[in-house]
Amino acid sequence: MRVAEAWRVALDALRANRMRSALTMLGVIIGVASVVVLVAIGTGTKQKVEQQVEGLGSNLLLVVPGKLDVGTAPVVSPLTLKDVDAVSRVVGDPGRVAVTVASGATARAGNRSDFTTVQGVLETTPTVFTRSLARGRYLTGADVDTSRRVAVLGASVAKALFPDRDPLGQQVALAGVRFRVIGVFAPLGQSLGVDRDDEVHVPVTAAQRLWGTQRVDGIAVKAPDRERIGELGDRIVAELSRRHPDTEFSAVTQQQILGVLGDILGVLTGVLAAIAGISLLVGGVGVSNIMLVSVRERTREIGLRKAVGARPRDIGVQFLLEAVLLTAIGGLIGMALGVGTALLVDAVSPIPAAITWWSLALAFGVSALVGIVFGVVPAQRAGRLDPVVALRAE
Amino acid sequence: MTPPAGVPAVEAVDVSRTYQLDGVSVPALRGVSLTIAPGDYVAVIGPSGSGKSTLMHLLGALDRPTGGRLVIGGRDVATLSAPELATLRNETIGFVFQSFHLLPRTSAVDNVALPLVYRGIGARQRRERAAAMLGRVGLGHRLHHRPNQLSGGEQQRVAIARALVTEPAVLLADEPTGNLDTATGEAVLELLERLNAESGAALVMVTHDQEVAARARRRIAVRDGLIRSDTVTAGGGPPHDRPLTDRDRRPETLDAAPSAEPRSASGSGPGHPSGGSGGAAGATGLPRHEDRTGGAS
Repeated sequence: MRVAEAWRVALDALRANRMRSALTMLGVIIGVASVVVLVAIGTGTKQKVEQQVEGLGSNLLLVVPGKLDVGTAPVVSPLTLKDVDAVSRVVGDPGRVAVTVASGATARAGNRSDFTTVQGVLETTPTVFTRSLARGRYLTGADVDTSRRVAVLGASVAKALFPDRDPLGQQVALAGVRFRVIGVFAPLGQSLGVDRDDEVHVPVTAAQRLWGTQRVDGIAVKAPDRERIGELGDRIVAELSRRHPDTEFSAVTQQQILGVLGDILGVLTGVLAAIAGISLLVGGVGVSNIMLVSVRERTREIGLRKAVGARPRDIGVQFLLEAVLLTAIGGLIGMALGVGTALLVDAVSPIPAAITWWSLALAFGVSALVGIVFGVVPAQRAGRLDPVVALRAE
Repeated sequence: MTPPAGVPAVEAVDVSRTYQLDGVSVPALRGVSLTIAPGDYVAVIGPSGSGKSTLMHLLGALDRPTGGRLVIGGRDVATLSAPELATLRNETIGFVFQSFHLLPRTSAVDNVALPLVYRGIGARQRRERAAAMLGRVGLGHRLHHRPNQLSGGEQQRVAIARALVTEPAVLLADEPTGNLDTATGEAVLELLERLNAESGAALVMVTHDQEVAARARRRIAVRDGLIRSDTVTAGGGPPHDRPLTDRDRRPETLDAAPSAEPRSASGSGPGHPSGGSGGAAGATGLPRHEDRTGGAS
C-alpha cells in the first residue's frame, strides 16, 4: 500500500546514500547521547547527595545563625557553649546535642603536613551524626571538660600524615599546637567533589582555646521523634532568639536540606540537559539540510511519481518518513551510546550516573520529534512541487 | 479506465494557458479546442515553443488551464484539487517520456508496478499485473533487471508498460523515440501502435518527426499556441493486428551487442548506433532531440 511504499522508498533512500545518512545521523546520535549522559550524571549526583544527607543521621535538626537559603551570606555566630547548655535544656537530653566550631588549619606530623579542617566538637558527635571509627576511640566528656589536646583524624588526613605508621598515640601539630591522636574515622568518601574524610575532630574547648574564641558555629540536635521535629526546632529558635535578640536563627531538618539541594541539582540537571538539547537541535538542522538536498536531487523522481498518480500527501509522507527514520535510528544509536557512556562514567570515574527510563524515553521522543519538525519543511516542499516543473528538472 | 464508447476520452473547449513570468503574462496556449475519442491515434506536431508541450501537460492533467473547459475522463479539470488531479492521472492517463523517467535502483517490474502503488493495490497483485504487462511489451525475461542493466529501447518499453499497467483511457507519449536510434525507435513506435489497437487507449504522441507523424490516423499541428490544422488520414498508420514478432525485438539485440552482428548492422542503415552498447540514445538520437531551451511552454 501507499504507506508501505513510503517506508520502502525512505529506507531505500537512506541505503543509497549510506555515508551521507550516517553523517547526518551522527549529529542526532551525539545530541541524544549527550542528553542521556548529562541527565544520567545529574540524576546520579542528586541521588548520591540525597543518600549522603540521609546518611548524616536520622531526625537531624541543624541550628545555625542567619537564614539558611540559597544565596544568603553566612553570618558570624554569636553562639557560645552557654547557648548550647540552654539548647540542651530545651531538648531535655544533652546527649542529643552536638556542636561545631570549625576552621582550616595545617596539620603536621614529623616532616609531613596536610591542610585540613579542624572541628571543635562535643563527645556527642558520633551519636548525633552517624559516624564510626576505624581505630582507637572517640572524644569523651572528660576530654571536652578538661580541654584535653587529643584528636580524632579523618581517614584521608590519617593517610596523608601517617602513610606507613599507626597514627594512634602519635603527635600531630594543629596550627602549631601539639595534639595526641586517639582515633581514626572510618572513610566516608566524596560528596560533590568534597573529600569528607579531610577533617580532624578535637574537643570544642580545646579548639576554642586554640583560636582564642568563645564562639560555636552551629548546633545539631538529634530529635527524639520525627513528628515533633518541627515543633522542637521552633522552641530552640525561640530560646536562642530570646538570648540573642539581634540575631536571626534557623533550624532546618534533613528534609529541608534535601529540598534545597534537590532544587539546586534539579536546576543543574536541567541546564545540562538544555545544553545537550542544543546539540540535538543542531543535529536537527543537519537533517533538515540533508532532506532539502534529497528533495532537490530527486525532483525528477517526484515529478514522475506525481505523473503516475502520487498525491502531494504521498510525496510529503515519503520524505517525512525519511527524515524521521534518520533521526529515530540516530536516536536509538545515540541512546545506546549514551547508556554505555553513562555506565562507564559511573563505573570508572568518581562522577555518579544513573539512567532513568524517562530520560531515555524523552531523548528518543525528542529525536523523533526533531525528525518531524525539521522534516516537515522539506517534505512540504517536495509535496507541493509542480509536476511539470519537477519532470523537467536536471 | 477506458470510458464507454461515444464519450470522448478528452474534450477541450477553447482551452488557454498563460504563464506568469516575472509579472509578465506569457500565453502558451491561446484557445485550443479538440476532442480525442477512445482508441484514437493522434500525432501532435509543432516547432519548439509552439505550445505543444503545454498542450500535452494539460491533456495529461499535470497542469490546469487558465481559460476554457477541459474534460478528461468525464471530469472537468478546473474543478479538481491537486490530490484529485493526481487520482485522475493515475486512473485515466499513461505517460511515456522522451527520457523514460524510470526509477533507478528499482527493478523493471517494480517500476511498472509504481502507478498501482498509488492506486492502493496490494503488493502481490501489483507484481502480477506488472509482470504480465512486461510480458506484453516483450520484456517477460527482464522482470528483475534494473534500468541501468537495460538498453535504451528496453527502458522505453518498461516505461510503456508502466504507462499501460493502469489501463488508461489516454496514452500520452512525449517524443517517445527521441532518445532512441532509428531501428529501436521504430520498434517502440510499432509497440505503441499495437498496444493502442489492442487496449483501446487513445494514443496521443508529440513528435516533430514528419515521418512518425504521418503514421498517425490524425495529425494536429500546433503553432503559436493555436491549432493550425487537424487532419485525419483515412487508413493511416501501419497494420495493428500483427502480433509481436522477432522483428520487434531485433533492434534490442543489436543495441545490446552491436559488435556481435556486424553484417546485419550494416544493413540497418544510418540509424544504427555507430558504436558502444549504451550510447544508442546519444549517438543517433541527438539529431532528433528537440531544442526546448527557447520555448516558454
